[in-house]
Amino acid sequence: MVSTTDYAPAMAIQWCPGCGNFGILTAMRRALVDIGLEPNQVLMVSGIGQAGKFPHYVHSHVFNELHGRPIPAAQAVKIANNELTVIAFSGDGDAYGEGGNHFISAMTRNVDITYIVHNNQVYGLTTGQASPTSDLGFVTRTTPQGAWEPMRPLAIAVACDCSFVARGFSADIEHLAGLFKAGIQNKGFSCIEVLQPCVAWNHKNTYDWYRQKVYKLGEDYDPTNRASAFVKALEWGDRIPTGIIYRKSRPIFEEHIPAIKESPLVKQPLDPMQFEQLINEFM
Amino acid sequence: MSSEINFMIGGEAGQGIQTIGYTLAKTLARAGLEIFADQDLESRVRGGHNFFRVRASDIEVSALSEKVDVLIAIDQNTVERHYTEVKTDGVIIFDTDKIKIDGKKINSLGMPLEKLAQEVASNKLMANSVAIGAAVAVGGYKFELLRPVLKEQFAHLGTEVADSNIKAAKAGYSHALANKPEWIRKPIKPMNSSRKMLLSGNEAISLGAMAAGCKFVAVYPMTPTSSILEFIAQKAEKYKIVAIQPEDEIAAINMAIGAGFAGVRAMTATSGDGFALMTEGFGLAGCTETPVVIVLGQRVGPAVGMPTRTEQGDLNFVVYGGSGDFPRAVLAPRSVEDAFYITVKAFNLAEKYQIPVIILTDHHLATAYQTVNKLDLQKVKIDRGELISEKEAKSMTEYKRHKFTESGISPRVVPFIGGPLVVTDSDEHDESGHMIEDAETRTQMMLKRMKKMDGLEKEISSPRFHSRPNAKVALIGWGSTYGPIIEASAILEKEGLSANVIQLTELWPFPAAAISAALNAAKTSVVIENNATGQLAHLIAAETGIKPTMSLLKFDGRPFSPAYIVEQIKREVTLDGEYNRLRTGDGHPVVSGMR
Repeated sequence: MVSTTDYAPAMAIQWCPGCGNFGILTAMRRALVDIGLEPNQVLMVSGIGQAGKFPHYVHSHVFNELHGRPIPAAQAVKIANNELTVIAFSGDGDAYGEGGNHFISAMTRNVDITYIVHNNQVYGLTTGQASPTSDLGFVTRTTPQGAWEPMRPLAIAVACDCSFVARGFSADIEHLAGLFKAGIQNKGFSCIEVLQPCVAWNHKNTYDWYRQKVYKLGEDYDPTNRASAFVKALEWGDRIPTGIIYRKSRPIFEEHIPAIKESPLVKQPLDPMQFEQLINEFM
Repeated sequence: MSSEINFMIGGEAGQGIQTIGYTLAKTLARAGLEIFADQDLESRVRGGHNFFRVRASDIEVSALSEKVDVLIAIDQNTVERHYTEVKTDGVIIFDTDKIKIDGKKINSLGMPLEKLAQEVASNKLMANSVAIGAAVAVGGYKFELLRPVLKEQFAHLGTEVADSNIKAAKAGYSHALANKPEWIRKPIKPMNSSRKMLLSGNEAISLGAMAAGCKFVAVYPMTPTSSILEFIAQKAEKYKIVAIQPEDEIAAINMAIGAGFAGVRAMTATSGDGFALMTEGFGLAGCTETPVVIVLGQRVGPAVGMPTRTEQGDLNFVVYGGSGDFPRAVLAPRSVEDAFYITVKAFNLAEKYQIPVIILTDHHLATAYQTVNKLDLQKVKIDRGELISEKEAKSMTEYKRHKFTESGISPRVVPFIGGPLVVTDSDEHDESGHMIEDAETRTQMMLKRMKKMDGLEKEISSPRFHSRPNAKVALIGWGSTYGPIIEASAILEKEGLSANVIQLTELWPFPAAAISAALNAAKTSVVIENNATGQLAHLIAAETGIKPTMSLLKFDGRPFSPAYIVEQIKREVTLDGEYNRLRTGDGHPVVSGMR
């Protein structure tokens, strides 16, 4: 039986004490154990930023990608070996800024992977510049007049008909672990944004700030209704919804690829001689 | 004495120029002739002026001739632009109801193409097939050579369409024989009867990749390499290959790297500006030691340049591109046949050394058709290097993806269920793949990666040498210029200027020893390149410490012809191989040529 100690960090953790990422780490370990996944069944792919370090702190297969690029590699690994459970990690800058084109394309494409976006509304690793989700007026060294209009990425996710769209809060580990579990088990591309306070660079969107505003979507909320999902995805102010915002059962991209219908690509034999007939077509 | 016949087919984009050209090339290849064919296209889908040239010979040809024996003019513009290129005993095939050649000194093989098509096939759109029939007749070949080619060519449109096109072609064939017997030639006899393949550079690369076991191709469309994705995508279901068109070039290379990390042979393809977007991924493959093959089909740069024109302007880019230092290989095929085998080699080097490998081709080679000896699949040896099998890996309790070794190559395990954990990072990392910042590990890891260049250097084949006993001049080229340079050297030899040819096809790691020897043996060395600054000449100087005597450069978007090279060399070099410094005066060793 797998336990959370199997997912103990492989190296010393470099996050600041009190970082919102710790809650994500605990919730993810719990979700993996809950599902019963062994570390070698899981491949974690990450970008660059404080979120990019995440896979190093969880025992699993790891591919730490470039800034903004975890999703292309994560999709390809899944297509090449669909036996693996593939989870990708980004921060708000990685996912919504540098990797924006991959983000929208991947949600449309719907490869069966899970994408966790650590959203702290600020650039942590590069020491405190504004991010695509920084609140309007948020003053940083690069935005002395205050940040301009923020992006609402979960509305983009709903627009892309993303098969699983959720938001959690890193201080609510129990709830977050449940979202992770549901997202990993969802067949299709799952996007889970985690509100994650940055104790070093964001003194506006603090634990208290989030605590006052977040609420859980109730049982009366129907995440399969796209119109109401748009409303919830755009809700950001005095109240910020958490939970599963949108669900849509869609065919996954892997089902659209004939080459991997019978066996994972990586397990298929290589035989040059099978191309004899093709060569003859050019004679 | 060799014999040859040269066809040119001209018209607007969308008028079927390519189909006529390819059908003729295929028919002549079936007749046992050696073919070199290329297309001169404008970057548009309809209108403008395009032409397709087919050179057929009884000896191997890998360049174009500038003179035309048979001009097929589909529009008036073709007549106006090209009639002066037709030889005195050449002819023009055209529709007498639509095109006028009045007052032009050119032999007419005009006929009412559309009318004939309408008469025999009830479809004037088959006028092109009438023209093909007439062209085959002029060559002196039997119609029975053309019939099966047309049948194959139109098979996808149904038997009826194929049969109608055959009827149309037969009408053109008969019309030419009956009305213009004076222009019907004696067919060129092939020197050898074994059938060859007719293949384009991109088809050769695609077939090479497939034979080498490439299972994953991600390509964002960009001229001139889009047809690689198109070709493989068409065959992907049958041969179990994943062919993806992602959102951009950045995704393309990162997907290929992801697939490579997962353990399948993977490739992407692009052009220079697409590679500009890929350079961070190029470095990622270097840092994470993930095998990936990148096809870079050069076109005219910088920026968008001229998308459908050829250049060799990205040599510096692939040799030096990327942040920091990392090992890589750069291979530049010299011909269509070479493109197949070099692609196989690229996949083997990528896995053996766990590096990115560039196949550096160009628009000219990518789109040119050439007859090649049947590709030998027995010669395709898949060497996956130090790849540890699942069975063996399962018993490992601990695995270090980037383990320090003598060769710099860390035995490779791919991530699988039940296996040891495989960890790698785009940050500098330790042997286990976890990120580090300490000076010692960083230094060791960089040395480990660069150590792989030692082994890689030994894998690089010598340049292709054509030596002549009394040569005082060395002609040095790389990649696709091989055909015209070789042919130019043969012409120069006849004219009393003896030159060796050294063609580089495996450019990085640079074969410095072989090039030094060649340069030291020559009185005058001429580096011939399709770029504006002499990128290979600079690379030679940097890697050997020897400065070549002069450069012959061309960057007008068109490939070199043998005649052009001959003319330029004769202007700059004396018959006994002296570089004519007096003539150039300022000692500036560059000839910049525009055609």
